[in-house]
Amino acid sequence: MSATTQPRPPRSLALLRATRYTLAENQLTLVACGLFGILLLCAVFGAVIAPYDPLATDMASRLKPPTAAHWFGTDALGRDILSRVIVAARLDLGMAVSAVAVSFLIGTALGAMAGYWGGLVDAIFGRLMDTIMAFPLFVLAMGIVAALGNSVLNIILATAVINLPFYGRFARAEVNVRRDLAYVEAARMGGNGGLRILSGHIVRNILPTMAVQASLNMGWAILNAAGLSFIGLGVRPPTPEWGIMVSEGASYIISGEWWTFVFPGMALMLAVFCFNLLGDGLRDVLDPRRRT
Amino acid sequence: MTALLEASGLAKRYPTQHGLLHAVDGVDLSIGRGESVGLVGESGCGKSTLVRLLARLIAPTAGAIVFDGEDIAPIPLGRFVHSPQRARIQSVFQDPTESLNPALTVFGAVADPVRRLGTPGRRADLARQVHAALALVGLPGEMSERLPHQLSGGQRARVGIARAIVLRPALLILDEPTSALDVSVQAVVLRLLADLRQRLGMSYLFVSHDLNVVRLLCDRIAVMYLGCIVEQAPAQELFRNPRHPYTSALLASIPDPSRRNERPLRLEGSARSPIDPVPNVCRFAGRCPREEPICTQQAPPLRSVGPDHLAACHFAEAATPAIPAYAQSMHGETIP
Amino acid sequence: MTALAAKRALVDGAAPHAEAPPLLAIENLTLDFRTRQGAVHALDGVSFEVFRGEIVGVVGESGSGKSVLAYAVMGLTDAAGYVRSGRIGFAGRDMLGETAAQLSDTLGREISMIFQSPRTALNPIRRVGLQIADVLLRHGNMTRREAHARAVEALAQVRVPDPERRFDAYPFELSGGLCQRVMIAMAIACTPFLLIADEPTTGLDVTTQAVVMDLLRDQVRAANTSVLLITHDLALAGEYCDRVVVMHAGHVVEVAPVERLLQQPAHPYSALLIGATPGATTRVEDLSVIPGGLPDQRQALPPCRFLHRCTRSDARCASEKLPTRHMGDGHLVRCWNPL
Repeated sequence: MSATTQPRPPRSLALLRATRYTLAENQLTLVACGLFGILLLCAVFGAVIAPYDPLATDMASRLKPPTAAHWFGTDALGRDILSRVIVAARLDLGMAVSAVAVSFLIGTALGAMAGYWGGLVDAIFGRLMDTIMAFPLFVLAMGIVAALGNSVLNIILATAVINLPFYGRFARAEVNVRRDLAYVEAARMGGNGGLRILSGHIVRNILPTMAVQASLNMGWAILNAAGLSFIGLGVRPPTPEWGIMVSEGASYIISGEWWTFVFPGMALMLAVFCFNLLGDGLRDVLDPRRRT
Repeated sequence: MTALLEASGLAKRYPTQHGLLHAVDGVDLSIGRGESVGLVGESGCGKSTLVRLLARLIAPTAGAIVFDGEDIAPIPLGRFVHSPQRARIQSVFQDPTESLNPALTVFGAVADPVRRLGTPGRRADLARQVHAALALVGLPGEMSERLPHQLSGGQRARVGIARAIVLRPALLILDEPTSALDVSVQAVVLRLLADLRQRLGMSYLFVSHDLNVVRLLCDRIAVMYLGCIVEQAPAQELFRNPRHPYTSALLASIPDPSRRNERPLRLEGSARSPIDPVPNVCRFAGRCPREEPICTQQAPPLRSVGPDHLAACHFAEAATPAIPAYAQSMHGETIP
Repeated sequence: MTALAAKRALVDGAAPHAEAPPLLAIENLTLDFRTRQGAVHALDGVSFEVFRGEIVGVVGESGSGKSVLAYAVMGLTDAAGYVRSGRIGFAGRDMLGETAAQLSDTLGREISMIFQSPRTALNPIRRVGLQIADVLLRHGNMTRREAHARAVEALAQVRVPDPERRFDAYPFELSGGLCQRVMIAMAIACTPFLLIADEPTTGLDVTTQAVVMDLLRDQVRAANTSVLLITHDLALAGEYCDRVVVMHAGHVVEVAPVERLLQQPAHPYSALLIGATPGATTRVEDLSVIPGGLPDQRQALPPCRFLHRCTRSDARCASEKLPTRHMGDGHLVRCWNPL
């Protein structure tokens, strides 16, 4: 036994150190973290920090530009846009997180099984994914929501369904690569059957990469949910939601009340931007080889 | 005393687009209790397939594997994984990095077979068993919370061995356990393996392409070529007195400083195709320096050419092999 | 006469290797790698020479710096590496001072390399014959047709069967041994002065290894090329090399003619390495175990990096700079207490 090899620190400490290093190296990730913090704050405490009631209408002060009283101005029904943007964070983030979680769990499970057993399971999985991907995904989402009815749950469902192939195929490929590795054979010799190997041995190894995919996917999920609301499917007025707010504000492009759509649009943009950067940062933290 | 493992007529054939690939073709191999048998051969000879068959990771196309009196060949793979025999045949793999699950700690990796096949009992019992195995391979208990990437190559190799012996198997299959290791680490691991065999009374099936290593650890050596065993003999006898021209060629190819100024006859060309081999032709024909017309008319059977010495060659009794045998050590001394 | 021909004449005209100036002279090379955890002192004070027409082996455990050295000579060190001091003299020039353009001219024509894993070192989507021809076109002065013919000739020279047909093969269609022969053909196509072979037989069967090494030896004897053979296999070095350099943790610890080294090693590490090689003994209990492990090269290290694994050390080893003891006959060792 070597006296000179240093004992390595426990994994959690190493991870923390890696996180600190990534944040120090990459200022953008730091910015993204800050942004995420703000978004989270808005989502959790939105109702408390919003200056006005997001649903309170005031026809007297409709369509007022940004002032000291209303930082983001007011919309067509006199509601404070800042308050609505803040409170909408909960709905948008909530929809995106739920959709990503559902498609992540189901997609990974299906893809992993297809990647491990191959044969008929893989064939069925493949055809299922092909069916979903045969449609332009957004159109498919529209179709699902239109068929099942306008509700937040159905937006989540639609977004989750069209997102299944993304996780499914990724998981399938990752499991496929690991299926023939020596440690899987070793696990077989140690008495592990097929399902045990998949769940206990292989999946633990693909989760970090899958987590990165999920975080990168969040931005897309937010846009998808907002997009469906923008075209009138899903969230109904007067619920504050960024997509619907952009849609309502779009009618005022010509007349010049820019604050009605710019601020919700910026909120969307910043949220997507934030998640993409976080995804990159997460990848740097978890995948040592990508670091320089 | 009956052999621990007796494989007879073992064959594995894969259908391919060009024909039937005979990866293992009619192999008879027996391993006695407490005996260490070496299996050597080059890439494509089928030794990895043979090893997988004996480890019951794949199912044979034909043949029997009698382990401790019971034929385990017909048991379907899915069922064998849960049978009591599974714990008695274990394996040490080639690449210690690849053979350890990156997500499992040392403790987790060694405890897994106990949980699946042994009697884990309570936490304390399990920990006792795991630490006993780690102690046997010379790893201190503090290592048990580490992950594979925090270990050196030698330490990973030891974890692989600990995992294989934690259930005290009767047969340990070692598939090139040291070829991915540095020469200094290899020395340590080889000594450890020799020591363990004595202490735990296991049988070894030691597969390697490095004849020097096999010579150190094995009582008997079998040489494989294109899916068949072409020669089998006690270790020292094989080195002193190879009877099959392929064995002689292998021995002559081992780098040997004392042969600096010689031009030994080298084995050129490449092996015949293992796909649909012609049954009446010796597998080594075409590359063999001793070849005669009979070699393409009749395949030589594996027959006895001396005490406990088998060879599959029509000319195995020839007094001097065509290629000089390996008889000297690196220092220039003759090894008896 | 072209510049290259003039250079060749200068080098060829010199007397047989012992008296001639060395082809490759590495002097006191010290190289570090910048990493997140600080500088890794990969090479420290490495000095040795390679003369015309000889095969020099560099042996040591993995992590000893052998490959780092090879890449440094080729000027292919990783971007994180930087040379702190020292000189790499090749045919009288300082390689470290060369510009990228000069280096590009040298590599392939005067110095060539054979890499460790043949199938991955070849371009997988380009036919092997074309890859050889590429080298010829870059450095030779010939037309495409001539290069094609020369490439087929080179394939025949390395005894690839059916060279015209194999010209059009892709690397994945060839076995490991054939791929390695193609690499050798590429490396010797322009008859370089120096050939660096980085573990050229890793992953090859022992019979293929013997054939490849014989081929290499034949080619270099015929063209008086020098070879720097990097290997961890002492027996291989013993059979094919004229002289051997033993490295440990970035230090050169011993340089000797090969028979001298194997029979009378002077450095304790060399002796242990030889003793640990399976071919050296008949009993497994006789294999020598090298205590400890390679030192952590990120820390400050004592003057002798073998200190903590050595049974013969004394106070000088920890404090004074290592001497270079000449044991005669080109045998030198860097140790205070040689065997």
